[in-house]
Amino acid sequence: MEIDHSNVSLARRAWAIRRNALLMGEVQGQGYIGQALGVADVLAVSYFHALSYRPDEPEWEGRDRFYLSIGHYAIALYAAMIEAGILPEDEIGTYGMDDSRMPMSGMAAYTPGMEITGGSLGHGLGIAVGAALGLKRKKNPAFIYNMLSDGELGEGSTWEAVMSAVQWKLDNLIAIVDFNNQQADGPTTQALAQVPEAAKWTAFGWFAQSVDGNDLDAVVAAFDTARHHDGDQPRVIICNTKMCKGIPFLEDREITHFVRVEPDEWTKALGILDEEKPQ
Amino acid sequence: MSSQELSRRSSKYTARTVPKGEKLATSAMIASLDSEGRETISAPFGHALVDLAKDREDIVGLTADLSKYTDLHVFAKAYPDRFYQMGMAEAVMISAAAGLAREGFTPFATTYAVFASRRAYDFIIMAIAEENLPVKIVCALPGLTTGYGPSHQATEDLAIMRGMPNLTIIDPCDAVEIDHATRAIADHPGPVYMRLLRGQVPNVLGEYGYQFKLGKAQMLRDGKDVLFVSSGFMTMRVLDAAKQLQKDGIDCGVLHVPTIKPLDVQTIVDEASKGGRLVVTAENHSVTGGLGEAVAATLMRAGVHVPFKQIGLPDAFLDAGALPTLHDQYGISVDAVTASVKAWI
Repeated sequence: MEIDHSNVSLARRAWAIRRNALLMGEVQGQGYIGQALGVADVLAVSYFHALSYRPDEPEWEGRDRFYLSIGHYAIALYAAMIEAGILPEDEIGTYGMDDSRMPMSGMAAYTPGMEITGGSLGHGLGIAVGAALGLKRKKNPAFIYNMLSDGELGEGSTWEAVMSAVQWKLDNLIAIVDFNNQQADGPTTQALAQVPEAAKWTAFGWFAQSVDGNDLDAVVAAFDTARHHDGDQPRVIICNTKMCKGIPFLEDREITHFVRVEPDEWTKALGILDEEKPQ
Repeated sequence: MSSQELSRRSSKYTARTVPKGEKLATSAMIASLDSEGRETISAPFGHALVDLAKDREDIVGLTADLSKYTDLHVFAKAYPDRFYQMGMAEAVMISAAAGLAREGFTPFATTYAVFASRRAYDFIIMAIAEENLPVKIVCALPGLTTGYGPSHQATEDLAIMRGMPNLTIIDPCDAVEIDHATRAIADHPGPVYMRLLRGQVPNVLGEYGYQFKLGKAQMLRDGKDVLFVSSGFMTMRVLDAAKQLQKDGIDCGVLHVPTIKPLDVQTIVDEASKGGRLVVTAENHSVTGGLGEAVAATLMRAGVHVPFKQIGLPDAFLDAGALPTLHDQYGISVDAVTASVKAWI
């Protein structure tokens, strides 16, 4: 059955994604929880507003494809797919454990609903170009979404794909850039010239939007605009997000690419989240 | 494709006679690999792909600005809507081929062997091999088939690619084998890297009634003194060398090994175990990490201890120049092979 987008608020979905991610982070006592908390709103809009899919049939031909380039964001996508019913909730405790279907870095062969193997950065958008070409060959009206990171924009192969998508007029391709300005060694904007971000994509021929990625209404509007834009161009939504969003004491930590959380702090974080459970 | 169809596109290669002492030009074609008077066939890969695509809607072609130089232009002309010119961008060509394969297509992606093996490696291994997708990467200018120097000479591509799990690697000898192998790899469910001879390609194996079989090494001739174990165009070289050596009373067998990975361990071990023969590997590749070392390791693992020699390119950046000159210089011409074997026997 196709996912029903009605009834439950997106705020509640984003809350549930954050909660699932915190529970998984606690299993490993570490993890890319900062990214997961930051991107939870974008994933809530993706999986509970924008994408068509069937939770019980992850390879349904009519689905919109969601390609996660950034393998280390797997914790966030698992959290969203658990909320969506693609993955069972009772596997949360297996995250990153031996024999789990949810390894630390996302891989297609391990996990239902994980479309590609990410992790080696700069791959997702190029694979998405080929899949978008393939969908057009098959006259399949589905969209390809590719979630990539700001740090990934430093990879030259990403820009090969950016040019190729314009060349082939891939209006069925929507790139989502999680711009949290954090990469492994520090701020992305201090590593390779990343600004002005939207203007670069526009100059290359994309239909580009830049939004506050933690403002659900703004993200919904950007996804709707991207899907309904009538130019024969690929589309990009640059989502400016805040690492660790929703857990203030974690938001304040200075180095947050791979956030350190003390053992007792998981309970504290979950407590903060539970106090603000939306309807 | 029938032998009549193949021969319809064939012609004879005639080498220009070079006065003694004159220096040769670099711009030699692949046909110059062959001996004078032998038949050549035009663009065997491109024509085989066109023939296959008649019944296979899933076959698409991609190139990174090298369709004319990989014979893919023949396919592009026949099926313009199934051809993707990806520009001078090997990473996105390979990644896009992976994406097309994900959507059910069988992509043939072409470039030069140097660019696929060196530049696109991460994209081949992660987007294609790790997920075992049926993408066929077909690459011209393998080993020493151009005089342009190290930028174009893929003397270490097999060494690079052999380390990649799931990948099948083919090093075909001639036009007949390229025709057969193109069809065979299209049917193979996983990823393939195939070395390509393009343009006017010699027809060598026609006279042996040869039929390519994926993963199989085959004896082309038997002999009691030497066992050549060869791949790629070095098989035509050792076949010619065997004829020369026969005149000197040296009886040479030739085991042709077009599938470099997975290697036909059984046939190699069986043939090398037939005692009393010097085993000589011959490859259009660096002596490091190619067929020769693969065969050596295979024999060691199997406990087969036989006299063993390796013919191949040195572990070095090679000179620029004319191919006939370079093949003599680096020991892979027919005369050089003959001389080496005589010295070893």
